[in-house]
Amino acid sequence: MSTVEPAAPDATTPAPAPAAAPSAVEVRETQREASRRDEIAPWLVALEALRRKGEPEWLAAQRDDATARFARLGFPTTRDEAWRQTSVAALARTRFDNATRGALDDALESMPAFRFGGAFAGREAVFVNGRFMPELSSLGKLARVRVRPLRQVLADDPDALCGLIGAAADDDKHPFLALNLAAFQDGAVVEVPERYTVHGPIHLLFISTGGAASHPRVLIGLNRNSQATVVESYVSPRGAHSFCNAATEVLLGDGAVLDHVRLQAESEKAYHVATTATRVSRSATYRSHALTLGAALSRHDLGVRLEGEGADVELHGLFVSDDAQLHDTHSKLDHVAPHGTSREVYKGVLGGRARGVKNGLIVVRPGAQKTDAQQQSRNLLLSREALVHATPQLLIHADDVKCKHGATTGQIEDAPLFYLRSRGLDEEAARALLVWAFAADVVSKLKVAPVRESVERFLRERLPAAGAVPGTRA
Amino acid sequence: MTMLEVRDLHANVQGREILKGLTLTVNPGEVHAIMGPNGSGKSTLAHVLAGRPGYEVTQGQVIYQGRDLLTLSPEERAREGVFLAFQYPIEVPGVSNVYFLKAAANAIRKHRGLPELDAMDFLALCKEKAALVELPEELTRRAVNEGFSGGEKKRNEIFQMAVLDPALAVLDETDSGLDIDALRIVASGVNKLRSPQRAMILVTHYQRLLDYIVPDFVHVLADGRIVTSGGKELAQELEAKGYAWLEKEPAPAASR
Repeated sequence: MSTVEPAAPDATTPAPAPAAAPSAVEVRETQREASRRDEIAPWLVALEALRRKGEPEWLAAQRDDATARFARLGFPTTRDEAWRQTSVAALARTRFDNATRGALDDALESMPAFRFGGAFAGREAVFVNGRFMPELSSLGKLARVRVRPLRQVLADDPDALCGLIGAAADDDKHPFLALNLAAFQDGAVVEVPERYTVHGPIHLLFISTGGAASHPRVLIGLNRNSQATVVESYVSPRGAHSFCNAATEVLLGDGAVLDHVRLQAESEKAYHVATTATRVSRSATYRSHALTLGAALSRHDLGVRLEGEGADVELHGLFVSDDAQLHDTHSKLDHVAPHGTSREVYKGVLGGRARGVKNGLIVVRPGAQKTDAQQQSRNLLLSREALVHATPQLLIHADDVKCKHGATTGQIEDAPLFYLRSRGLDEEAARALLVWAFAADVVSKLKVAPVRESVERFLRERLPAAGAVPGTRA
Repeated sequence: MTMLEVRDLHANVQGREILKGLTLTVNPGEVHAIMGPNGSGKSTLAHVLAGRPGYEVTQGQVIYQGRDLLTLSPEERAREGVFLAFQYPIEVPGVSNVYFLKAAANAIRKHRGLPELDAMDFLALCKEKAALVELPEELTRRAVNEGFSGGEKKRNEIFQMAVLDPALAVLDETDSGLDIDALRIVASGVNKLRSPQRAMILVTHYQRLLDYIVPDFVHVLADGRIVTSGGKELAQELEAKGYAWLEKEPAPAASR
């Protein structure tokens, strides 16, 4: 099968001229190369320190490769097409230590706020700075489902994950993903047996604390005709200057159904970079709900491959950005097999000097006939300084397909505002209601009530006239 | 006291003069119909009265219950008892009708120095008022106008009016897009809301609505001015003759 990659502009560098003196371009390139090497050097040292003895050979080999790839790629710059609007220069220069214990108190103190009032008790695995915390976790209610710390799986059955790590997430071009593979210490492995339906959502809670870098890795496997809801939440205590670089791989067997909720509510000073990579088999259903609320800089690469006939994918996303936050989502829906359906709705609400990036790519490969793909990006700007880059892209290599995409960006419209005011609501209250209304269709699709309620609470706190928006459903 | 006095009102929309010296007096208990061809300024009048931003009054006065209406914001007008039933009601997803109305009703009650209604009292009020326009209770719990049919949206406007209990109601093309059954229901709801204390202004293109809501006065608006006024018979006359006779120089047939 021929592969089709997104048409990135060809980055061929001109052949070096045989001239004796280096040209200005060459000098600049050399300087860039030098500064890139300076930038990653401390990261490579940190990676070396993280190396563990006694890991299975296949993993050690994968880590070597990943380290080499990271060293070769370096951190992306705004000269890279995929990172044009998102500079990670400040992140690359920051030194994080890997101390965990000292910061644990911090995390513990914030714990209650992150636990959704105990709604997930019995189905909850807690990680602090990427490491599993058995004393904080509670996994008693999971009968035939296995939710295990990744490190434990590697210890118990060293070859169980061989061929699975990296099976969905391709880190060829993504330095952060390579960094995750090189550096992950722990994570979660969720496995649902064939024809089994998990009752109640599974919660994977990742807490980052100040000054720490973590690279949690999650592997979710749903076997044939099984069904589950998995919630990943990424949080950090207020003011924590943390870096979380997460990678989640999802493999769905034939007819499996996964509701995958991702809540990012880290501190206003945090860096959050994440990849979610999913492979969807025949007649399987993948529904993603991604809520991006926190962090100073947040980047999420969400890639889904519809590999089996009749795969069905829904991506629902909402980001709410304020002050100087930057929220960047790159989604890719890769239709490989025929009769696939994908629906994507991403919404952004931006205030202050916030920056938003929503890049959405739909690829339809040759042979993926009868693909039905729709993608929508809608953004609401609440201030003059806020800015969003919404770029939908279609790459279609089959002729019998239905593909639609659209991106809109606007402010609160006059007509609805006047309508609400004409009923006696003051302007602030009317604006708050309209922001609420804008986010409503994404929020209301969150079937996991505690998460939906926490997003509603967040919106209420964020909106200027909090009293105006609904508290609970009437 | 006079409910509303409009004197020599001139108003621009996007720099274009639409109202060109409109004068109108409305007393409590009266129902006035404003008729006229498309583009005559009917809807502009309705929106100017409700205070829509962007509708610029350049000349004239509007006195409402002895106060200068034009200095008030849209929400202040609503709280003072002015209500506009929209020709095109807006959808507000994620916010239930009842929730929205309760917020509005309590904003108005607060302004009038009345205690806020609690949820139980308010639901009872809604139930009573929804019956006026045969609005299924289920629709009162749904998001504001979301997925409502044209007729349901119009009924919802009258339902809102009933709950908010205005002194002056302006109904902008409430008959447009309604089939005859829906029109009958809406009109019957409006008729039940007629009272000696309340005044209504019905803005309409067609006489049809006035078969069901019989006005006390009919005014014909053309080119931003009221050109003739009369009793309910005037509406029938208009229906028979159309609006063409209003134009001093009838446009040539080719441009129709």
